[in-house]
Parts: sequence; C-alpha cells; structure tokens
Amino acid sequence: MSDVDLKPVIEIEKLNLVFQTADTPVHALSDIDLTVNAGDFVSFIGPSGCGKTTLMRVIADLEKPTGGHISVNGMTPEEARQKRAYGYVFQAPALYPWRTVEKNIMLPLEIMGLSREEQKARAARNLAMVNLEGFEKKFPWQLSGGMQQRVSIARALSVEPDLLLMDEPFGALDEITRDHLNEQLLKLWDTTKKTVIFVTHSIPEAVFLSSKIVVMSPRPGKVIDIIESNLPRDRTLDIRETPEFLEISHRVREGLRSGHSYDD
Amino acid sequence: MKKSADLVLILFVLLSGISVFLPVGVDADMSVQWWDKPTAFALLVISVAAALYQLISRETTTYAALLLTIGCIAGAFAPLILTRTVDASGYGAIGLWLFLVALGLLVWRSLALLSRAANGNHLLAFAVPALFGIWLLYLWQVVTIGFGIPSVLLPSPEQIGAAIENNTSTLFADFYQTVVKSVLSGFAFGCGAGFLVAILVDRVPFMQRGLLPLGSLVSAIPIVGIAPIMVMWFGFDWQSKAAVIVVMTFFPMLINTLAGLQATSHIEKDLMRSYAASYWQTLLFLRLPNAMPFIFNALKINSTLAMIGAIVAEFFGTPIVGMGFRISTEVGRMNVDIVWATIAVAAVVGSLFYGILALMERRITFWHASYRRAK
Amino acid sequence: MTKPAEISKAGIWRRLYDGKSFPVFVVVLSLLILWYAGAVYMNSDRLIDQYERSKVEWSWQQLTEDAWSMERPILPAPQQIIVELHKTVIDKKITSKRSLVYHSYVTISSTLVGFALGALLGVLLAVGIVHLETLDRSLMPWIIASQTVPILAIAPMIIVVLGHIGLTGLVPKAIISMYLCFFPITIGMVKGLRSPDVLQLDLMKTYSASAAQVFWKLRMPASIPFLFASLKVAIAISLVGAIVAELPTGAVEGLGARLLAGSYYGQTIQIWSALVAASVLGMLLVWAVTITEKLVLGRTGREAV
Repeated sequence: MSDVDLKPVIEIEKLNLVFQTADTPVHALSDIDLTVNAGDFVSFIGPSGCGKTTLMRVIADLEKPTGGHISVNGMTPEEARQKRAYGYVFQAPALYPWRTVEKNIMLPLEIMGLSREEQKARAARNLAMVNLEGFEKKFPWQLSGGMQQRVSIARALSVEPDLLLMDEPFGALDEITRDHLNEQLLKLWDTTKKTVIFVTHSIPEAVFLSSKIVVMSPRPGKVIDIIESNLPRDRTLDIRETPEFLEISHRVREGLRSGHSYDD
Repeated sequence: MKKSADLVLILFVLLSGISVFLPVGVDADMSVQWWDKPTAFALLVISVAAALYQLISRETTTYAALLLTIGCIAGAFAPLILTRTVDASGYGAIGLWLFLVALGLLVWRSLALLSRAANGNHLLAFAVPALFGIWLLYLWQVVTIGFGIPSVLLPSPEQIGAAIENNTSTLFADFYQTVVKSVLSGFAFGCGAGFLVAILVDRVPFMQRGLLPLGSLVSAIPIVGIAPIMVMWFGFDWQSKAAVIVVMTFFPMLINTLAGLQATSHIEKDLMRSYAASYWQTLLFLRLPNAMPFIFNALKINSTLAMIGAIVAEFFGTPIVGMGFRISTEVGRMNVDIVWATIAVAAVVGSLFYGILALMERRITFWHASYRRAK
Repeated sequence: MTKPAEISKAGIWRRLYDGKSFPVFVVVLSLLILWYAGAVYMNSDRLIDQYERSKVEWSWQQLTEDAWSMERPILPAPQQIIVELHKTVIDKKITSKRSLVYHSYVTISSTLVGFALGALLGVLLAVGIVHLETLDRSLMPWIIASQTVPILAIAPMIIVVLGHIGLTGLVPKAIISMYLCFFPITIGMVKGLRSPDVLQLDLMKTYSASAAQVFWKLRMPASIPFLFASLKVAIAISLVGAIVAELPTGAVEGLGARLLAGSYYGQTIQIWSALVAASVLGMLLVWAVTITEKLVLGRTGREAV
C-alpha cells in the first residue's frame, strides 16, 4: 500500500455513547479512538453487545454519540448523511416488496432527485456489478436470499458513495453463498477503490476481507486491538489455508480472548 | 378417501333407484309415478348414468368432473319439471323429495371433483362457488314451488326475479337515493377524513398515545345508534344518512391507517434516514405502501358498514324513496316479493362494492405475503 | 432509538407527556370541552329565537346556562345525560318499563343468545372449511357475500318467516345477531386452525397421528388466540345486531326500541342516554371476553394475537 492515498476518511477520538435504560445506564461505546483511511477495508469484529453495530450507526448518523469527536470526510456525520456520502447495507436486505429489483435500486436516486435516465443507467450499471443482469423486472420476493442481499448492495452502490457501510450483510446466508459473496465483494472493493467498513462476528470472514481489523469487546464496548493485515489486495478463498492468514486469525482470537469475549 | 367418495355415489344411485318405485306427486287425485313423465324420467336416468360412469371409471380429471356436473344439471331439471306439472306438497311426492336428497349427494361429489381440478384453473375456481350458489337458489325454487309455500311468507326466486323486472324504475330510484347519494358520499367522506386525520395524528405522538386506547373503546360502541340523532340534525334526506356513514366509517379507517403507518420496520426507516429522505418522502415511498393492506382492510369493513348505516338511518325517517324505506313500507303492505327484490338489489350492490375493493386490493397490494403464495 | 440521557432527568411533566394516561386524559377532556361548546352552538339558534319572540334581554351567560339545560335540546350537555341516566338506572325499579336496566337486560339477552349461536356456527363452519376442500372452495365466497347483504334489509323478513312458525320475541333478534357475528369468528378460526406451520404438521405426521388427533392436539390449541381475537369483534357486532333487530320488529322493549321511541317523540336526552347505555354495555361485553381470554391464555402461558 502506498503512502500517497493515506487520507483519513473517518476520524474518531474519545467517542462515548451511553444508552439510558429504565434501571441503569449502559455504556455502549467507551473511549473509542479510530482512524479509517481512504481505500481501507475495515472490519469491526466482536461478540454481540460489543458495540460494533452501534459504532457503525454512529458513523452513519443513525445514532448520536454522548461524548467525544467524530468526523466523516471532514464533516460531522449528520452533514455527511445529508450529502449522501455513504451507502449502508443492513443485516436484512430491506427491499420493498412492492417495487421491482430495478425500482428498488432506483429508490435512493429518486429521493436524491436524479433524472430518470440517470436512475435507469445507474441501476443497470450496479446490477451488472453484482452479476444480476436480467433480473430488473423481478420482484424481490421472487429471488433467493443471497440474490436479495446482492440487490441491496447494488442499491447502496447506486448512490455512488466513496464509503460503504456494511452491517453483517451476509449474516443470514449459508456459508457457501457467503464465501461466494465475499469473493465478489473483494473484487468490487479492488476495482472501485472504495472505503468499506464491515461489521461481522466471523473471524475467517473478517481476516479474509479486511486490510484492517478492529477487535472489540463488550461491557463497556471498547476497542481491544487494531490489526493491520499484510495480505495482498487481490486474494482468493485459497488464502485461508496460508500460514499468514492463520497467524492473523490467531491474533484476532487472542484479542477476543483478552477482552473476555469467550466468558459465559 | 376413495371409499367414502364411492359411498356417496352408491348412495345416490341407491336412493334414486328407490325413488323410482315411489310416487312423485298427485295430479287430479291420481298418484303420479316417474314413468308417467317421460322427460323427467329420462333426465333422472341420465344423472344415474353419469354417476355410474364415474363410479366405474373413478377418474379425477377435469373432464370427468365436468361430465358428472352435467349429470347433476340434467338430474336437477327433473324435479323442476315435476313440481310445475303435479302437486308435490305432501307424502304423495315422497319419491321426488327422496331424489332431491340423493341429488344433493351427487352435487357434493361433483363439487368435490371440480374443486380438486380447480387448482390453478381460474375458470373452475370461479365455477365451484357459482355452482354452489346456483344449487342453493335451485333448492329454494323447488322447495317453495313444490311445497306451495305462500309467496307472502317466502316467494320463490322466480317470483323475486319477476318483481325485479316489474319494478325496475322504483328499484333504481331507491338504489340511486340510498347507494349513490348516501352510501358513496358518506363512505368517501368518512374514509377520507379518517385517513387524513390518521396522517395528522401520526405526526403528533402525543395525540397518538391519547387516541389509540380510545380507538379500541370506540370499536365496542354500537355507532349505528346515532342514526336518530343524525336524522334530527340533518333532516330526512340523504345528508343525514351520509352523516351516519361518515361517523361509522371514520374510526375503522383512522385506527387501521395508524396501525398501518406503524407497520414499518426499524431497518426500513433507518434505510430512508441513511438517504437523508424527508418526512414526506419517507411517507410516500415507504410508509404508505406498507400501510396499504391495513387501509384496504378498513375500506372493506367500511363498505359493509356503510350499507348497514344507510338502511338503518332510513328507518328513522326518509323522503319516500330509498331501500330502507321501501323495505319497511312494503313489509307493511305485504308486498313481500318487492321486499325480496330490494334485498336482492342490496345484496348484489353490496357484493359488487366489496368485490371491486377486493380486486383493487389484489392489484395494489399484490406484493403482500397473503397474495404471493405461488411464486 | 433510545433516548439520550438528558430526557430522563427532566421532570414530572416530561414523564406525564411520555406516559399513556395523561394523553388519554387530555384527549377526553378536550372532547368534553368541545361537546359543551357544541351544545351551546347548536342550541343557541332556537334559544335566541325564543328570547326575541318573548322580547327578553339576554346575555351570553344566560344563553350558555339555558343551552345546557333545555328540555329537548338539539345536543344535550353531558350532565343532562348523566342526570337522565341516574334517573332511569338507579332511581327506577329495575322491573319498571322506564328503567334502562330493564331495557339493557332485554337487549343483552338477545345479544348473548345470538353471540352463543354465532360462535357455535362460526366454529363449526371453520372446522368444515379447514377439513374439506370442497367446502373451502364452494362455501367461503358465499360466507363473505353474506356479510355484504345489509342485515337490516333481511331483518323484517326473518321476523315474518319465523313469526309464521311461531317464533317471536327473543329468537328472531338472536338470529339476526347470529347472522352478523358468525362471520368474524369463521374468518378468525379458519386463520387460527391453519396457523400451525408445515414443521408442526410434519411432526404430528412422524407420530402417525390421526386427523382427529392433529385437530385436538395441534390445530385446536393453536387457534385459541385467534378465536378470542375474533370473539371480541363478534360480541360488539352481536350487540349492534340486537339493537338493529329491535327497530323493524316494532319492539317496545330494549335499547333499540328506546332509540326509536326517543326519535318519535323528539326526546333527545332519552336517545343519548340509550346510546350511552349501549356503549357502556358494549365495552363491558368486550371487557368480559378480554378477561376470559386472559384467564384461558394465561393458563397456557401464551400471548394474545
């Protein structure tokens, strides 16, 4: 990786988020420090309740922090959201059943007020990107789970953001489909040079995809370790049998263990 | 399964066979047998033949189902002919009524065959309930004529049909007054108001928390009871009926729309937020489509409520036209056939009203889980 | 989304605002205020007319007071209805023809008989529809169509036909209630009996359970929450049926008859108090079903639909 494009996209300092529940306050995020550079593929990994999704939601301005500083592209998250600076892929495809695949991808573009031709062109381009040409006129419920999630990725890409936020997008899929989509996603990242933030609770997935792995632990949600991966940018599934891969996996597991992630 | 099906057919053949040796009516004090009326007898034989063919072939194809149905129809004409030519009201016609019971078994079997063939066949799926309805009307006709039930008590479908034909202009005037003036205007206004208020209330969570618990109380109130009050306030003409309908239809629409607007999941709302969509964009693109099944539910409930409301309100005073008025006056004059004619018009109008809404629902909420059984 | 910390520290007003009872209280209060204002507005025309005819000087205060205490107001004030209810519910002996308790009793008895018949019919139809495809295909559309026929249109005919075979009084009214209230029960029960999924049905199949066993051990218990949800709707409709049935029968007893009599003689307060009594009755009936539901479902530890 060259030093030239080490431009920070996201800067987080001493970030805190406390949820007020009925009995006691819950420290969802505690003193998070993190920098994400342009072109990075960053994974947040940790057990459920460690705040990985919450941290991503803060970046997306779906949640407001209660302390600390955060900037996205040099703006506040809210400004970034207003400027549609990112694409968000949720755990579920969240496609609208009353819209065709094409219309679903055009949805954010309609909201942004793009011209009809531009909407159509972008839908076609991004459907091709996820290998779903020819499915424009189908309804989401006529597709398989994996295809639905690919449509939702195409929808996030259609905004043409430099930043892609993905919240366990393949969590509900079977492992074979998941491997396949992981490979596709890597290719996509390599060709488009986008910055990706990816939430997962699978160690192989995190190591396989990422250039940087953020290990988190719960109660309170904090960052345990940040691991820079030295694996090449264009990888195939075979890389998972190499000693380098296993070594990084081991370090992630160590980090999780030190954060008591395996207790009870 | 197979055995019980066979049993039904065997029973039919057996009962029809017995009926052949029993009298089917009285004509000029003479007992009439099946063979005295060759046409009717021939029809009976055709239906028995169709049953026997099915019993032997045991086919369950559409073709076999249609064949048996034709047998039923042929058989059905036999009692129709007999009741017209002979007196069938007593024990003297025991054979006829025995055959009618047997025919019921045959109809049941043919409907069963048809509904098995109806999977994926739209025409047959429509034909099964239609034939069932025709069978009920047919029974009504044969029993009222056969037993000579006085038309003051229960007119036959034929007499009701004649009454519709002879009173078209009156019936149309009633229809225009009750349905076009009262029901449609009240329905449109009540549903529209319920919808708009729901959208307003949805924006103010305080109002929502205050109104929703009351909504379930209101649904326990017999709102039709305001009919006499509305007649006092708005006079005898259609305005008072429309007012009753407005009040009756307002709450179901309000409650259903509110529930529908809340049916949107968190993920879907977050998605719209990540697009920085405005309130109105979220409403238009996401929440209203999601609320559509609920809104149609309210529209369908309201379509029947509106008809009830209009006719009830007419009991508390009308100008001398309208379906409710017609029913209450003609009952008093013992013109029962006109009453039934009005009921028939009301039934057809109500079913059409409901049917159109159901069709629209299917068109607009085709994506909803309840409609996409077949992939 | 969870609320940030500041909100919970805010005082009692905030908590009232976010609660449930306070908003309901405010809505009810504003409805009452609207009602009183409406009573003045709607009755004022006639009062002012009266004042001018008898050439009396009048003030707004006078107008308001008179509007809330007219004998035959266009819209009576709530306290007039309460006074009337007090008179007809508590002061009168319950056997008296003037007692609302008596009239309520008449209506409620046909409501309950109709409800029981409707529940029975509704459940039987649902069981038939779920088990026989022929019934599902041939009968279901007609069950829906039956509800599009305005019941009041048939009511006089039902009374004529039943009267001919010697059934009068309670039975015709109960049958009209039944006709209205079997429908939601059938629809709800069909949904409930079909609610067990393929997995549960397959499980029963692995036990090689008979159709009767599948019905009693799986379908029936699964349908209970659906049954209660539809019973709540049905009992309210049954009351509507009983009231409506009293109109064309020319009944002199029952809440419907009170409505009719009140409208003949322009006794608005009587109409309103009958209406309030009917509403209270409706709520009590639905409440009774809800309590039964809680008892039954509570024992099996399940949630209502």
